[in-house]
Order: sequence, then structure tokens, then C-alpha cells
Amino acid sequence: MSLKKTIRKGVNIRLAGIPAKTVTDATKASCYSVQPPDFTGLTPKVIVKEGETVKAGTSLFYDKNQPSVHYSSPVAGIVSAIIRGAKRRVLSVEITPSGKELHKDFGVSDLKTSKRETLLAKILEGGMFPFFRQRPYDVVANPTDSPRSIHISGFDSSPLAATTSVALEGRMSDFQNGIDALSILSGAGGVHVGAECGDNTFAEVTGCTITEFYGPHPVGNVGVQIHHTLPVNKGEVVWTIGYQDVANLGAFLASGIYVPTRVVACGGSECAQPAHVKTLAGASIKSFINVPSTASNGDSVRIISGSVLTGDRVADKGFLGAYHTAVALLAEGSEPKFLLTSGWLGLGLSRFSLSKAYPTWLMPKTKTWDLDTNMGGEERAFVVSGEYEKVFPFDIYPVHLLKAIIVNDIDSMEKLGIYEVAPEDFALCEYGCTSKIEAQKIIREGLDSLRIELS
Amino acid sequence: MKFLHNIISSVKPHFEKGGKLSRFWVVFDALETFTFTPGHVTKQGSHIRDGIDLKRTMSMVIIALVPALLFGTWNIGDQYFASIGTTDADMIAKLTVGAFKVIPLILVSYGVGLGIEFIFAGLRGHGINEGFLVSGMLIPLIMPMDVPLWMVAAAVAFAVIIGKEVFGGTGMNIVNVALTARAFLFFAYPKQMSGEIWIQDVANSKAGGLLVDGHTGATALGHLAGTVGEKIDEMGHVMSLFAESGMFSLHNCIIGTIPGSIGETSVIAIAIGAVILIATGIGSWRIMASFLVGGLVMGVLFNLMGMNAYMTLDPVHQVVIGGFMFGMVFMATDPVTAASTNTGKYIYGFLAGLLSIMIRVFNPAYPEGVMMAILFMNVMAPLIDHYVLQANINRRQKRLQNI
Repeated sequence: MSLKKTIRKGVNIRLAGIPAKTVTDATKASCYSVQPPDFTGLTPKVIVKEGETVKAGTSLFYDKNQPSVHYSSPVAGIVSAIIRGAKRRVLSVEITPSGKELHKDFGVSDLKTSKRETLLAKILEGGMFPFFRQRPYDVVANPTDSPRSIHISGFDSSPLAATTSVALEGRMSDFQNGIDALSILSGAGGVHVGAECGDNTFAEVTGCTITEFYGPHPVGNVGVQIHHTLPVNKGEVVWTIGYQDVANLGAFLASGIYVPTRVVACGGSECAQPAHVKTLAGASIKSFINVPSTASNGDSVRIISGSVLTGDRVADKGFLGAYHTAVALLAEGSEPKFLLTSGWLGLGLSRFSLSKAYPTWLMPKTKTWDLDTNMGGEERAFVVSGEYEKVFPFDIYPVHLLKAIIVNDIDSMEKLGIYEVAPEDFALCEYGCTSKIEAQKIIREGLDSLRIELS
Repeated sequence: MKFLHNIISSVKPHFEKGGKLSRFWVVFDALETFTFTPGHVTKQGSHIRDGIDLKRTMSMVIIALVPALLFGTWNIGDQYFASIGTTDADMIAKLTVGAFKVIPLILVSYGVGLGIEFIFAGLRGHGINEGFLVSGMLIPLIMPMDVPLWMVAAAVAFAVIIGKEVFGGTGMNIVNVALTARAFLFFAYPKQMSGEIWIQDVANSKAGGLLVDGHTGATALGHLAGTVGEKIDEMGHVMSLFAESGMFSLHNCIIGTIPGSIGETSVIAIAIGAVILIATGIGSWRIMASFLVGGLVMGVLFNLMGMNAYMTLDPVHQVVIGGFMFGMVFMATDPVTAASTNTGKYIYGFLAGLLSIMIRVFNPAYPEGVMMAILFMNVMAPLIDHYVLQANINRRQKRLQNI
């Protein structure tokens, strides 16, 4: 019925604290936040004032470069703070909910008769558009583009990720509605969903091409799936959107109200009860997860919004990132490690390593690992070759691309395939790097400088 | 280990900026990070990181070198006693003779090399890199056992400064550092680097009339180099050395009981190192395999040509003499100077192996063809990578045209 693709390169890191396949409704958070830095490429223009009352769906700010793209409040309440950082950059617009279910009504859409323009206008107005991202550059999509195709990864393969069947339970009609809307928005390339091999969640979904993917992480990265189905060429634009956001989009069009639902996988070695919870994007993290004051190794606990490989480290009062569907609690690793016991000459039985210089590869595949946030060494120049390639399932030479970015050689970046990649695709390379190179940061800088250069 | 860390932490302020000993910060930092992996935590990007670092990578190579080092030390003694006809020397005696040669070499190599590294790290204000840990061990192993120590010191200084530091240090060098040291000696002191340096005291033994017949102190390559340009049928006395009962029989060459550079003689000891490097994934099996194939192919081609006695040597015998095996496992696989793409590694290894045998046979003035071949391919490696990348780029552009 559907296409099948097998990815061989990559690795699954089985961290301790895998979320159970149960969903509980989180208690209402005492504070929500929409954080402009979550949306790469955004220059916000805030249109609310502190103390102003907003409904769920009221626009809080828009993008100065794309004024039609609105960013909306997830709940009804009062704008309690607008937090700015250096150079008055807006970091966060915080909303304290009033407890009333007041939604701004955008009206129901009939997808059978909708034209692309009217549909797009409604999505923009309702604040659903920021959930669309684009390749190249991995930034918020540009509504004036007509994308070649729209791609959705139907699963997350990163460690401690949410399970699709759990996250979409009871939401398949919304998801189908979202797919129908996407097929109106998409160009000739259509809508593509990448399903996890053996997962039947999308079996009944119509109106899109479903490809089953089999293999280790990063197989669930949408960039990997695009590369193996319809690779992005220079000059082409494709849009991507998370599978939960497709369901949210479907619900938005069916009901006319903005509800950015998030089923979040809470896990990690310091999480007492790893499970899924249902909340809203931007909710304060402590509203749905108990954070212990000290970690099991005596160090402090790091709260990560998003995947442990790509997410953001958030402060104690942190909020769930706009695109994030996971929260992990890990122990910090700020204790120096003696060379013979747990350092570089030790046996390293507790270290999960992609290198065979550690005994990881001799251990059972089912073992779960309790990793802390220690760097595991110092930063060096590139020395070892061939290690990125083992976990990088693209027909791209990752180290050469990184080197082209480091010297800001735009021409080489283009030729070596930068249009197809996003920082998250380099997360495993960064994890296993002997020289501790910050690969994701370098890729982000490369994408940003290319975007500035070509705009 | 808490108390040790407390001691380090308590003296640390003296070495930091403004402290009395701040000029020795590099030394302190090197020792501190050597004993304790720092408690740095991830700041951005991936929150968890692999435990692999350059220290562990390099220490694996050192471990892989230990068999060759131990055998080489023993072999110095073994060769010495054999050359003077002593047959009842025990292992301790042989190791002692060897140790008196090897340990000073290692000390000079590390002392000079790390000294220079410390100075450069201090000047540049960065921590010391681990690259020289391996180079410093490789250099003694590719030296003739009787090389004067001051020459080794000069060679190490040249290799570290000109071969590596001028390019920016570990990870930036174009050619293999250890081979640069060997090449320096070969071209700067050609007279001292040939002749009676492969067996201890061979000149004195000869003068004293102690030398056993046949032990001239020449290596297998030295003997064979003499056959080039001569008629095949007049070279029987040389080729008989390579026959089953000869000094350089296949058996002896594989075990390693022949004169040669300290670490290069034993194929078995090197093979143990190769297994360690391949099992840990530190050494590229692609390079080793293609290097071996390249050498064998050239050996077969020479057999087919058969223009001199050297060319008639069995290909398997060709690859077990000289530094071929050592170069294949420990030199060609240096990730910094080898080709960095997987496809490129096959090409690089194959050509380096091929050239190793070609150079040693075609040009007897350079008996150690492996050194020349690997250095040459080090220089060519970026070119190989360039074409591999170009093929990738072309593939992408073709895809664009096919839309």
C-alpha cells in the first residue's frame, strides 16, 4: 500500500526514563508564554501591552518582515510580562490565565469549497501559520511562497520522544482535516507523511503520500525523510509541520478557535514518573512535571524543553517551547572525572558511546543509559574522519559542509548541500564527535548567513 | 580521588591569570585535564555527549603500538646476540640490551616533541593537544636502533615545528609528523642513516672479529636494493637469503627476527595492533585493506615483469619486509593526513600501497619506499577528497537538472 524506505545510518540512544504510553491531562498552568526566540528568523513587533486582557487566539505580536504572520496567545488572560533581553530583544510574552475559556472565533472553514488564498489568510490570522517551517534554512515559512510540497514526519525517533499513537489518540479526524487543508496549500509535490514502520496510526489517512520509514534515529527527522523521498534542490522551497500541529490545524479549521494542544513526553533519568501529559504550547513546565531539587548524582537537575539532542535548556520557571513535544530532566555532570575510574582511561561501562573505543557496542541493545550533561572531553580541531558519516543518513559530506560554513564559503555551502539540512540533522554527529565540535551551532550560523546573503 | 582533585584545585589559583606561576598554565592545564576529565557541561546543542575524546582515541593507538614496541625491544637484543654468535642469551638479557636503546629514544622523542608543543600552546594560549602522544611513540619505532640521539632530537624538532605547528597544530598538518621526522633524517643525514646501524655494535663486532658470517647488519631492503641493475642469475646469493632457510625467510619476516627499524620487523606484533585499531574503530580498515591490496597488486605486476631479482620476489614476501606493514597500520591510517572521505580512503590506501612497492623496487636509493609513498599520498589526499566531493556535487546538480 505505502512506500517503504530503510535508513541504515544512525543510532538510537536509549536513555533511562522512557515515557510510559499513558496520557494524563495536565493541571492548568499558572502562566503561559510565547517566546519569539523559539521561532527562528522572526523579528517580533509586539502589539499588546502589559496588563492588557487577551483571549485565546488574540495576536500578541507579528513578524516585522512578514506582517501577515501572527503569533497568538494560547489562553485567555492578562499579559503579565513582556520580557526583553539585550538590545531590547523580546524574549518572552507571558500570559497569566484568567481561568475563563474565552476564545477568539475565527469561524469554521469548509475545506471542500475553500480556495488557497482564503484558507491561508485564515491560518495566518488565527496564529496557526508559525507552526509551518520551511527548508531551506529551517525557519518559519514565508506565506508568500508556494511550497513545492509539504512534509510531515509522523514520528519522533530521538531519545525520550513522544509516541505518535499516544499523542494522536482520538485526534485522527482532526489530523485528516489538517491533511486536507495542507493539500490545498501545497504545490504540485503534494503532502507527504513519513510513518514509523509498524505503526498503524496513519493507516486510514487519505489525501497524502505515506512512506514507511525503518531505521535508527535520525530517521524521524523530517529532513532525512525529505532527502530520501523528494530531496530539496537549490531554488525549491518545501514546508514542514509537526504531526501534532497538523491535528491542531485540523481542529482549528473545524471549530474556528485556536488551541495549540501539545501531548508532551516527560522523561529522563531524573523524572520520577515518565509519561505523556496533555497541555498547551507555551505552558510553564513545572505545571506538568515534578522537578526534583537535586539529581541522583548529587548535582543539580537540568530541565530540557524538547529533545535531549536538540532542545533548549530552560530555567526553573521555564516554558514549553513552541515546537517541542518532549521535556527531559537530566542530571548535570559538573563533577570532574578521574582518568582511571570514569575518565578517559576508565573502562567506561556507564558511557554510551558511538565509538568502539568504549565497550557500549558489546552490551545488550536493550540496556538503558543514565547520561549526564558532561562534555566528556575538551574541544579540539577536527582530527578523526568518518565518524559523522556513520550517523548522518544524507548523501552529503557533513564535515566538509561544516568546514565550508566555518570559513563562510557560500559557494561551497550551496554545492555541498546545505539547503537540505537543519541543525537537528547534525545532532547525532555532535553527540558522537571526538573533537566536541558544536555542529548544530555551526549549521545554524551557516543557514543564517546564507539566508542573509541571498535575501 | 576527591583528595587529589582538592590538591589540584588548591594550587590552581597560582597558575591562573595574575598568579605567580601563570606562565606555566599550559603545563598545569595539561596535567589537570590529563588526570581529570573537566566538569564542563554542555551549553548549547546536544545536551548529552559521548565519552569519546581525543585522549582516549590517542591512548588506543598507544595501546595498539605496545606489541610492536615490546617485540622491537626484544629483537634488538636478539639481533645483537645472534650477530656475535651467542646462542644462550635469555629473554631478560635481550630485553635489557633493547631497553638501553629504546628507552633513551622514547625519552628524547617525547621530551623534545612535548617541549615544543608546550611552548607553542603557551604562545597561542590554548591547551596542549594530544596529537604528539602518538607521534612521539611512533618516531622511536621507525628509527634504526643505532641512530644517534641528537639526530633524533633534531628530527623531532623539525617534524613538530615544520611538519605540524606551522600549519596550526594537531588536526591541521598536511603530512604525517612521524614520517616527516624519518624523512628529515633520511635526507639530512643519508650517510649516517644507512649501513651499520641496524644491529647493535655491528661495526665493533666486525673489527673485533666477533661477527658471525652473514650478519652484515643490512636490512632485507638493503640486500634487495643491491640486486637492481644486476643480472638475475648472478643474484642467487642475495635471493637465497629469502629462501626457506635464509635469514629473511617468510617465516622470519612474519615473526620479525630480522634487522630493521625498531617497531617494523614483526608482522605478528603489528597485526595485533591492527586488530586493536580496527576493533575500536580508531584505525580505518578501509585504508589498511586497500593499502595491502595495492602492495600485493604491485608485487604481482613486478613478478610478471621479472626484469631483476627484486621483481621476482613473491608478493607476499614483498609486503612483509621493510616498513610496509607498519606504515599500513600506523602511518597511512593517520586520520588527519589521510583522505577524509570513505571513497577517498580506498583510493588513497590503494595508491599508497602500490607506490610503496614501486618506489622501493624502481629506486634502490630509497630503500624505504613506504615512507616516500605515504608522504606523497598525504600530499595528494586533499586532491582525492576534492574529486570525491566533486562527484557528490555533480550528483546533486544532475538531480536539479532532472526535475
